[in-house]
Amino acid sequence: MGMASKSIKSLLVVTFSFFILLFSNHIHASEHPQPEQANTEGHAKGDFNVTETILEHIKDDHSWHLGGHLSLPLPVILYTEKGLEVFSSAHLVDEHHAPAVYAGNFNYKLVEGKIKILGEDGSINTLASAKLWDISITKNVAALFLTVFILLLVFLKVAVAYKNTGVKNAPKGLQSFMEPIILFVRDEIAKTNIGHKYERYMPFLLTIFFLILINNFLGLVPFFPGGANVSGNIAFTMTLAVCVFVVVNLSANKNYWQHIFWMPGMHWSMKLFLAPIELIGVFTKPISLMIRLFANITAGHILVLSLICLIFIFKTVVASAIAVPFAVFIGLIELLVAFLQAYIFTMLSAMYIGMAIEEHHHETAHH
Amino acid sequence: MLLEINPLVLPDIGLVFWNTIAFLILLIVLGKFAWKPILKSISERETGIADAIASAEKVKAEMAGLVNENEAMMAKAREERSLMIKEAKEASDKMIAAAKDKAKSEYDRIVAEAQQAIVQQKNAALTDVKNQVGSLVIEVATKVLGRELSNKADQENYIQQLAEAVKLN
Repeated sequence: MGMASKSIKSLLVVTFSFFILLFSNHIHASEHPQPEQANTEGHAKGDFNVTETILEHIKDDHSWHLGGHLSLPLPVILYTEKGLEVFSSAHLVDEHHAPAVYAGNFNYKLVEGKIKILGEDGSINTLASAKLWDISITKNVAALFLTVFILLLVFLKVAVAYKNTGVKNAPKGLQSFMEPIILFVRDEIAKTNIGHKYERYMPFLLTIFFLILINNFLGLVPFFPGGANVSGNIAFTMTLAVCVFVVVNLSANKNYWQHIFWMPGMHWSMKLFLAPIELIGVFTKPISLMIRLFANITAGHILVLSLICLIFIFKTVVASAIAVPFAVFIGLIELLVAFLQAYIFTMLSAMYIGMAIEEHHHETAHH
Repeated sequence: MLLEINPLVLPDIGLVFWNTIAFLILLIVLGKFAWKPILKSISERETGIADAIASAEKVKAEMAGLVNENEAMMAKAREERSLMIKEAKEASDKMIAAAKDKAKSEYDRIVAEAQQAIVQQKNAALTDVKNQVGSLVIEVATKVLGRELSNKADQENYIQQLAEAVKLN
């Protein structure tokens, strides 16, 4: 029963994710011819480019656009052959918000949002640029720090509340708001997928869950300090997926590795055949986590932005009569997706951990 | 480049770097100061509630046991009481009967003794009377014999006199 509902759940997850992926591909497909159109027309008329606008909102940035001509400059931190260098991102743009050259240890310039080193002649020095380590506090990093701050504030407060109200009293306020979610992670995610050893992994799962959840929600807020697309950034999802990969493989027991490299209860030829497939599976699991979260959140953002862009494409206020209700509708779905993706990421992480530490009794099961 | 990679799927090293730091900070700080105490409090409360329910159930069962016990004791007491009453009645009946028997036997004994005494006394009296009669007869005979020898008339007179004196009571 438990297994059946689990597999149905995961099937739903896969279907849903696949659907959303398809959806986002579809949008990309339909977006791509448009920009060329818009490009040719846009350049001729000197106005709106949908793809650029959307990508600008999706992508990371060295400054935080607040609205209109107002941007919050963020610190740029570069590590080059000549050492560490810190300066404000305000130096990288001129008064018309066009990329400007900043002369630090090298000549730096923003090219398609990335900092590149310029050579003597003003062209990009690819060799030097490849050795450039850009660890700037970008928009996403700043938003991530904000999330960290919020999480620390909220949960340290909740922890203090538990200390103050004691064990005998019912939770109050923020504490009573968070407790069901914590219990949900514990009972529905950790206990069901990991089993009796769940307690060890609770801090990891809770941290991942709330980090993704808060970032998903903040990403849906259209104005400062929200709007940064952190959980829809492949670097963010990759880092988390790598963390899951490390935790899963560090906690994996002998049985797990045996099932990967030398599947018990099989003919030796089958064992040889299965080993590479299982080994690939070790890596595809975190990669699927990475892509699923990235694609879902990015697709949602693209969808909402595309709908809003309709108004500018049609160049009429009337278009908002359709675009705005649709954007609101998709926004509501995105709220659901924000929670769902945090749940799915954590649930699958727990499931992978559960698989890695499961005690198999294959002697009876496989024969 | 042979393959144009969309910038969207190209991870920035900067974000990876800061994200790793942020995640580790969160994991360590929240793990130590938030998740651990929170989960501990929750599980403590849960075990507390479970214990409270279990002890309430236990007390309830104990109460039910006590009520049963009370009822059993009451029933036993009632039984004992009726038994005691019955026994007391039997004892009193027995005592009354015994007293009656004893009284009757005593009465019989006393009557018998009295009769015996009467008979004895009667016999004694008779014997006494017989003896006295004998001695009187002898006495009278002696006197009569003594008088006869002297005077006939007197003798008869005297016998008469003696005879009057003899009163058989």
